Amino acid sequence: MLLNQFLLLGAVLFCIGVYGVIARKNAVMVLMSIEVILNSVNINLLAFDRIWMQADPDRLPHGNVFALYIIAVAAAEVGVGLAMVLLIYRNRRSIALDELSEMKG
Amino acid sequence: MVAASDIVVAQNIGFGLIALVMVVFALGVVSGSNVVHAALSLVMVMAGAAALYVLLAAEFVAVTQVLVYIGAVMVLFLFGVMLTRAKLGRDADLNNRTWYIGIPVAVLLLGVMAYSLIDSFEDTKIAADTAPVNTEDVSDLIFSAYLLPFWGLSFVLLAAVIGAIVLARKD
Repeated sequence: MLLNQFLLLGAVLFCIGVYGVIARKNAVMVLMSIEVILNSVNINLLAFDRIWMQADPDRLPHGNVFALYIIAVAAAEVGVGLAMVLLIYRNRRSIALDELSEMKG
Repeated sequence: MVAASDIVVAQNIGFGLIALVMVVFALGVVSGSNVVHAALSLVMVMAGAAALYVLLAAEFVAVTQVLVYIGAVMVLFLFGVMLTRAKLGRDADLNNRTWYIGIPVAVLLLGVMAYSLIDSFEDTKIAADTAPVNTEDVSDLIFSAYLLPFWGLSFVLLAAVIGAIVLARKD
């Protein structure tokens, strides 16, 4: 296997996620696109970790720890994000992001 | 004993299948017009990611991915879909009016990243027979070198739990 296989797959998934964040109006769909982005980043971290491990077998798996921390932060982010979406839905009966324009100057 | 070249062929076929599934379902997440179908496509993307982690010999991360993402985060997403009363069928109103701007942005980003990746890691190979990552090593790292970030992460999770309750509670 080439390292680039994994990195390019990560890049493709990242771009798909970025497209989703830009194109989607529904707030839950935007959060889902962010999850796709975070998963692609984790693939990159683990691929690089594997490369460094095979260069030096005694090396500790730092990349795995990073990936685990990203998974934990993503879980926290989804929890708070969906709570905010529910709050917005309760106040406005809609989660369309283009209607949230009060913070525009 | 299987020859190393056979392992490489099998790994490449596996990688190709997983990559195809992930890209197809990721496109389903960002372009489908049914919110529940998008959530279920996201399950397939995450399962594909877990399979790739196994291929990269990171077994503990793969198991964590299945537990946390497919188990917990997806349930949260489905609750979010249900509680915001999304249409259960097709919903034509999921995209912004200017959704097409996303296409050139994503293609440009992919072009730049693909060029720089191919330019810098031309044929760095991943060996087929490295030993899987030892979970003991992962825990040693978390509780020694990354102890302070671990504490920070604990506070982030605590704050997220309290924040989610405060935000979502009806009073």
